Amino acid sequence: MSVDTSKVATSNRTDAATASKPGPAGSLASWADDRLGLATMMKKNLRKVFPDHWSFMLGEIALWSFVVLLLTGVFLTLWFTPSMGEVTYEGSYDQLRGIGMSEAMASTLHISFDVRGGLLMRQMHHWAAMIFIAAMMVHLLRVAFTGAYRKPRELNWVIGCVLLLLGTLEGFTGYSLPDDLLSGTGVRAADGFMKASPVIGTYMSFLLFGGEFPGESIIPRLYIVHVLLIPGILLALIAAHMLLLVYHKHTQWPGPGRTEQNVVGFPMLPVYAAKAGGFFFMVFGVVALMGGLLSINPVWKFGPYDPTKVTAGSQPDWYMGWPDGALRIMPSHLETVLFGYTISWNVLIPILLLPPMMLVILMLLPFIEGWITGDKRDHHLLQRPRNAPTRTAVMVSLMTFYGLLWAAGGNDIIAIKLHASINQITYFMRGAVFLGPALAFWITRRWCISLQRHDNEKLLHGYETGIITRSPEGQYAERHLPINEKTAYTLTARERDEVFTVGSDTDAAGVAAPNSRSERLRARLSRWMYVHNVQKPTVAELEEAHHHAEHEAELAAGLDHPVDGHQFDDHRLRDTDDVPLRDH
Amino acid sequence: MSIETPPHESHVPTHREAEPIPDPGLPPHHWRPTDVDPKAEKRAERQIAAMFIAAMISAVLFVVAYFSFEVGDNWDTFAGMGASTVALGVTLGLTLLLIGIAIIHLARKLMSDVEMVEMRHSAASPPEDREATIEALNAGLDEAGIGRRPLVRNTMLGAVGILGLPAVVLLRDLAPGDELDISKLAHTIWEPGMRLVRDVVGTPILASEVEMGDLINAAPEALFPTEENGYEELHGAELQVNKAKGAIIIVRMEPENIIPAKGREKWTVDGIICYSKICTHVGCPISLYERTTHHVLCPCHQSTFDLADHAKVIFGPAARPLPQLPLAVDEAGYLVAQSDFTEPIGASYWEREKQ
Amino acid sequence: MRVLNRTAGRLSRHRRGPLAGLAVLLLGLLISGSLYTALAPAQADNQPSETDQVAQGKELFLASCAFCHGKNGEGMPTVREGYQVGPSLVGVGAAAVDFQVGTGRMPMASPGAQAPRKPVAFNDEETAALAAYVASLAPGPAIPNESDYSIEGLSDEEREEAISRGGQIFLTNCTACHNFNGRGGAMPRGGYAPNLHGVEGKYIFEALLTGPQAMPNFSNGNLSPDEKRDVIAYLGSIQDTPEYAGFTLGGLGPVSEGMFAWLAGIGSLVGAAIWIASHTTRSKKSKVNA
Repeated sequence: MSVDTSKVATSNRTDAATASKPGPAGSLASWADDRLGLATMMKKNLRKVFPDHWSFMLGEIALWSFVVLLLTGVFLTLWFTPSMGEVTYEGSYDQLRGIGMSEAMASTLHISFDVRGGLLMRQMHHWAAMIFIAAMMVHLLRVAFTGAYRKPRELNWVIGCVLLLLGTLEGFTGYSLPDDLLSGTGVRAADGFMKASPVIGTYMSFLLFGGEFPGESIIPRLYIVHVLLIPGILLALIAAHMLLLVYHKHTQWPGPGRTEQNVVGFPMLPVYAAKAGGFFFMVFGVVALMGGLLSINPVWKFGPYDPTKVTAGSQPDWYMGWPDGALRIMPSHLETVLFGYTISWNVLIPILLLPPMMLVILMLLPFIEGWITGDKRDHHLLQRPRNAPTRTAVMVSLMTFYGLLWAAGGNDIIAIKLHASINQITYFMRGAVFLGPALAFWITRRWCISLQRHDNEKLLHGYETGIITRSPEGQYAERHLPINEKTAYTLTARERDEVFTVGSDTDAAGVAAPNSRSERLRARLSRWMYVHNVQKPTVAELEEAHHHAEHEAELAAGLDHPVDGHQFDDHRLRDTDDVPLRDH
Repeated sequence: MSIETPPHESHVPTHREAEPIPDPGLPPHHWRPTDVDPKAEKRAERQIAAMFIAAMISAVLFVVAYFSFEVGDNWDTFAGMGASTVALGVTLGLTLLLIGIAIIHLARKLMSDVEMVEMRHSAASPPEDREATIEALNAGLDEAGIGRRPLVRNTMLGAVGILGLPAVVLLRDLAPGDELDISKLAHTIWEPGMRLVRDVVGTPILASEVEMGDLINAAPEALFPTEENGYEELHGAELQVNKAKGAIIIVRMEPENIIPAKGREKWTVDGIICYSKICTHVGCPISLYERTTHHVLCPCHQSTFDLADHAKVIFGPAARPLPQLPLAVDEAGYLVAQSDFTEPIGASYWEREKQ
Repeated sequence: MRVLNRTAGRLSRHRRGPLAGLAVLLLGLLISGSLYTALAPAQADNQPSETDQVAQGKELFLASCAFCHGKNGEGMPTVREGYQVGPSLVGVGAAAVDFQVGTGRMPMASPGAQAPRKPVAFNDEETAALAAYVASLAPGPAIPNESDYSIEGLSDEEREEAISRGGQIFLTNCTACHNFNGRGGAMPRGGYAPNLHGVEGKYIFEALLTGPQAMPNFSNGNLSPDEKRDVIAYLGSIQDTPEYAGFTLGGLGPVSEGMFAWLAGIGSLVGAAIWIASHTTRSKKSKVNA
């Protein structure tokens, strides 16, 4: 059966649209259209349909916090002086008066104490940055867990990964600008990272700092990277990300009437625009509340950067926490001298190899999965995480790895808050980063498969009513009732996994296919990926189960009274038809 | 309803059987109370308008707070917090939240919520478009004749490619002149006879005044010029660089606890021992000293060094001991350096051993 | 607590509380009734006399401290995990005793590298007696006078200067362990540098002077008394300064900030997204087109 398009609505209005006389707005519109031809483009997109689900709005949090970042950032540039020129602070903050510092630090203090709303804007900017990257990561997890990165959206996934990287770099450059003790310590560590790069490291450091650390150039250089270079690329990539979203149309959850061929939801104008616009104000509002109430990076307490000072709890912002954790749990003495050249594995591995490797793995996920499954079809229906147990387990395993390193990055704070020893925490983490992900993989996969079984149970035998009946023989049994058609359909609206086999290993003439080795690997991986999965029941299985259920019902009907457990009270069984699908 | 195979054929052999449960199709639309009950509709309207009005009031309060709470020298405070920041943040936040919530409430309650269906298209272009594009491309390339003229093509690629060279070379002066001289990493401002002075205050340290268990965060005297010591005043980058490399910690412990490294037997003065303050891991200043264990911990990545045993690494990611500064006492009894550090201080780098 | 502190030399200097009358009375009695009092050194106008105090201190010492520190305060040689179980108290001075006992750190509940602050076990008189006894073992740092650690006596300008200089000394010498906000931090093997907020100036001065537990000394040859005073003044000033930026989230730096970004920020915004996308209530009625 092909999709019936006759019922496709183009409007959700209930009354007919009527042409009205062009008012001044109409005249302006035709003036513009005469020159720009906007109508052709807008006719397609104004009523573009977006499906509605909370998890589809996570990326929006990132988008709107980026807008907040642009707005607050522009405000801050009006007063910030990106210079390392020496000045003596004579501003309002008593404890630092008379202290020498860079102009960057002095202007940050000026924004904080002498510009009304300046401190609020600084804190909003910082909170928005933290939320921006956090939202990108939750959005990434949603996309990965639902399989939304499959064809045709792989490239948009890659763009998203690059956005995450750029967001992190943007955050780090911003963190360094105030030139306070914490940010300076961070820059000095970054200098150490650079110097650990083989061959070119020392020169990279000297070129970036304009000589030896700290020099006088780093703040102005980071500033231009922070306010122009990276935001420019971010903007361009965000635009590309959104254009591809519009071109592909949003994915949707399967359900009655929601298929691979259509998208069901609300039109861009007015509902989606209102919801998205409203959400922008909410994100902005939450950031403003946090900026007004919660202190973040109190630079005046850190004081100006001085390369001889340091504070306990010297940590990067959260998104740099996991490489920092990797750095902390490296064993001692990992450095080799080869032909007189020093290779610092203790920095190389956790900072210069691990994060880029994680990023590459992340970017390749859809391609690796696509290759193993050999699936070349377009996918617009999302998968529930349980229905792709191996993918879900891989993601949880990566999350566990990330989370453990993240915790290792806060080992000193964990130590004082839990009265533990940093040494013990570090020893534990050294093992846990290897064992944890493996364990998480195994648990998650088994868990998903159990959930799949549970779904099949529901399809075949109905849901558990919680009603216990006792047979005349004294046997107790829980009564199961069939789930409604909508739920049942939604549960079955998934594909059967097919293990790739090397069937056509040799062609008719007995000649091995050219790629047979990689094909065999692929078959093995495909088997590993799918073999334990539980497939949805077939028509025959369902019919048999229903026959069985009918038989049971007949037996029950033979009794004197219906035994749904509520025969003596007013309660009727849950009217499963009334339960909205989305609640499941 | 079966899910149709998309136009471009999948190569996975799929034997499609009937779906176990047919698609029941989109469920009928249920109306909201606001659609069918004029009273509910009015109520929602009032709620939304009330939120917009509250947002306006909050915005006005923002302006009031802006002008009435003082910042600068004499902050107004509220419950121990800066009144201006808190008041501006709360009023701005409420204004924005109220606007946002009201708009979303409007969308949820009063805008039509009949779901619409839009058909998808394949992301791929239709085959005829592809063909036409390839044809156009070929025609273009053909007319350009680049394919037929390999000499032109190759020299053109070479010429454009070589543009990378000026681009890279232009960056050379990011560290102009001898600023790029990496051998400077091997030396600090310390020199024979330079006094050790307390950081921040810049006073020299009498060896006799250092007590058992003391930790002194110290610096080279050259960074604290006075008329008496006659050092030249340093500024800007020069000062910062020398601070960054010259910082030291001085501790005093029982002389018998010190296990001197070979050749360093005469580097201490009566249990007073001095190390670079810069961690050999990635260069954080380090002075979390435990006098009972003689361990010093780096707050950045927890590398731990045993100062009694030539600052060897006993825990954490660092690979090398902290460089030790050889100490002596001058005729006035003040602590002085015997020489500069004998190895580069701070984080490792590629050419470290070559210098 | 400080009001009730009747250690040697303090009462005569500036106690003007209800105890002053009693003190004057006692002083009068002591002067008139005892020749010994007249012969005593000028600052020994304390009640009980110094030898009595030392004797009382010794008694208390034998009962409560000698188990670890030895009968004569000579200490115990046992070294466990890098710390000496009962270090020698010879030469630690009255300041060390006033700090350790006055903050309740000593006597310890059980030996360990870390001695946490807890309710005090001795009253001020007993503490003073213990301090006098330990001070009598060998010369050591004395308990500081209030003028040593307070900037009360300075002019406004001097105070401001003292605070900003104290800040720089604090950031150079103290923040590495106690954090930029004086909130404390982690040390190796389960140790920690304690939170400095709310700690009396006298105890900070004494801690700097004597280096309690694993903390290094900042003796007067290291940080001069004025510099110590400035650090104490700075610490006081950051506690008195309003939190310009709102709640401090524990003052622990980026870790707690990151936690709030996730819990408060992402938490509330995901909550908002769930609300936005949720279905509103439905009516059983069908729509009547008016």
